[in-house]
Amino acid sequence: MNEDLVIEARGLTKVFDNSFKAVDEVSFEVKRREIFGFLGPNGAGKTTTIKMLSTLLKPTAGTASIDFHSITSDADGVRRSIGIVFQDPALDDELTGRENLDFHARMYGMSGGQRKERIAEVLRLTDLEDRADVQVKKYSSGMKRRLEIARGLMHYPKVLFLDEPTLGLDAQTRRTIWDYILKLNREEDVTIFLTTHYMEEADLLCDRVAIIDHGRIIVLDTPENLKSSIGSDMITLECSDPERLSKRLRSEEWVENLKVHSPTMIIGLRHSEEKIPEIVDIAREVGVKVRSITTRKPTLEDVFLYFTGRQIRESEATPVERIRTMRMRTARRR
Amino acid sequence: MRLISGQAIYVMWLRDVKRFTRARSRLIGNIVQPFFFLAILGFGLSSAAFPGIPSGFQFVDFLTPGIVAMAVLFSSIFAGVSVLWDKQFGFLQEVLVAPVSRLSIVLGRTLGGATTALIQGFIILGIASALSVRLKPLGLLLGIVFMVLIAFTAVGFGLIVASQMEDFHGFQLIMNLLVFPLFFTSSAVYPLEGLPAWLRTIAYLNPLTYGVDGLRESLIGFSSIPIEIDLTILIGVCAVMLTVGSYLFGRSEA
Repeated sequence: MNEDLVIEARGLTKVFDNSFKAVDEVSFEVKRREIFGFLGPNGAGKTTTIKMLSTLLKPTAGTASIDFHSITSDADGVRRSIGIVFQDPALDDELTGRENLDFHARMYGMSGGQRKERIAEVLRLTDLEDRADVQVKKYSSGMKRRLEIARGLMHYPKVLFLDEPTLGLDAQTRRTIWDYILKLNREEDVTIFLTTHYMEEADLLCDRVAIIDHGRIIVLDTPENLKSSIGSDMITLECSDPERLSKRLRSEEWVENLKVHSPTMIIGLRHSEEKIPEIVDIAREVGVKVRSITTRKPTLEDVFLYFTGRQIRESEATPVERIRTMRMRTARRR
Repeated sequence: MRLISGQAIYVMWLRDVKRFTRARSRLIGNIVQPFFFLAILGFGLSSAAFPGIPSGFQFVDFLTPGIVAMAVLFSSIFAGVSVLWDKQFGFLQEVLVAPVSRLSIVLGRTLGGATTALIQGFIILGIASALSVRLKPLGLLLGIVFMVLIAFTAVGFGLIVASQMEDFHGFQLIMNLLVFPLFFTSSAVYPLEGLPAWLRTIAYLNPLTYGVDGLRESLIGFSSIPIEIDLTILIGVCAVMLTVGSYLFGRSEA
């Protein structure tokens, strides 16, 4: 038993009735008090994983423990150890903010004195004191999210799950919610497990990120290590024959990483600006026509792109559209 | 996890009562509809002669327990089916992930639904006495027993319906295909005595008949079926509905 680990998942698998494998033998560990993130596109299995960890769904295979309580044999212990903010709001609109918190506290068996004190505390933490006695249906979406975070913290959970905490919020509200998440991780003795498909969110908040796609963890590391694993710079290149070009490029010692997702190719390297002319020359030499070439510092989005050949948000977009958005983004950055 | 958690039952109940008192439009709708039934049907048919209504009683006297049963029935079925609301608005997840047994959740919800249904039943009784319906003061206690039994049965029925539906779209269908026929074949609006044989058979197969009949005996003072039989059958049906309803709710996933 390792005291430093608060979540341990081993081979967690969920197969739904229609034989769709939503989560496929996922194993990971979450350290106490860290902010741990699942980053991946919609339908990657993030919410299903949270539902299994929070005992709302039974895993088909594998197991996990939260603060040493097994999700398969000690559901009650797990439930007492966790707080959750669901992807869709789960508040009672007819009740006031305070009543929602009180409902929660009673469901978790807190005594009268405990309830009163803790409600005041979590309201202060999320700056909702002024609106506590207003019906939730009069709240803005940002306030609702804050109230849900406050509620998730009510019973002093060891782990707080946040499923897409800023989904559907505008940019400014999103930033406020990020500040609250960082603040509560600092001030409360709580580990945070969040899922997101926003790479900025994962990058800014998470100590460690697992990138997940089609129910499998592709890579897991700190955002910095993930980004630098590609290289200090990266080049995305679209050409007529990426296979032939890549064979030739792999023999260059300055190419650190190279992956082909036809018709594009991603190259990790140093000092990319200086290498672009060289790449173009090599392409001409082997008779490959270069259609576009862009370069930038890798982001978490690029880590996903590097491993899957798709972007997180535009995973359904055509390759041409992808290149176009990439070009625009690069242009803006300069 | 304790099977019965008093605090969880209490807070589930409290939530239902608070929601009920805050939803003014629902409250008004739930009172106006039975009021129209009682006033218009009651006095519109006051000169019609029905076999089975003893002399000295008006049709409106006969009708009052039927309308009380209607209010309790509709409101309780709605309380059971409102699990679907909670599912739609996500609140069900908050309830299901709490360290509380499903049985406590069902009990709290059942008590909450029954409480709000009884409040409505009492409002009808108030309206009825304002319309000069003579109620047996002592019969009220037994009347409450019948109201509670009807309410529990209907909440259980609502939970069963909810477990078979994905969302609220089918609710109107259920009301029209199941609940209204249940109400109209229950001797709530006409006495069993004058019915053709086929309709009487249906009425005897309808559990609500025994609730309405028992309610009529306790509140007004006459009935078609001995009250012990009413009580026995209703308790039996109530136990089955609640057990099946709780079982199906216990299996539901958020």
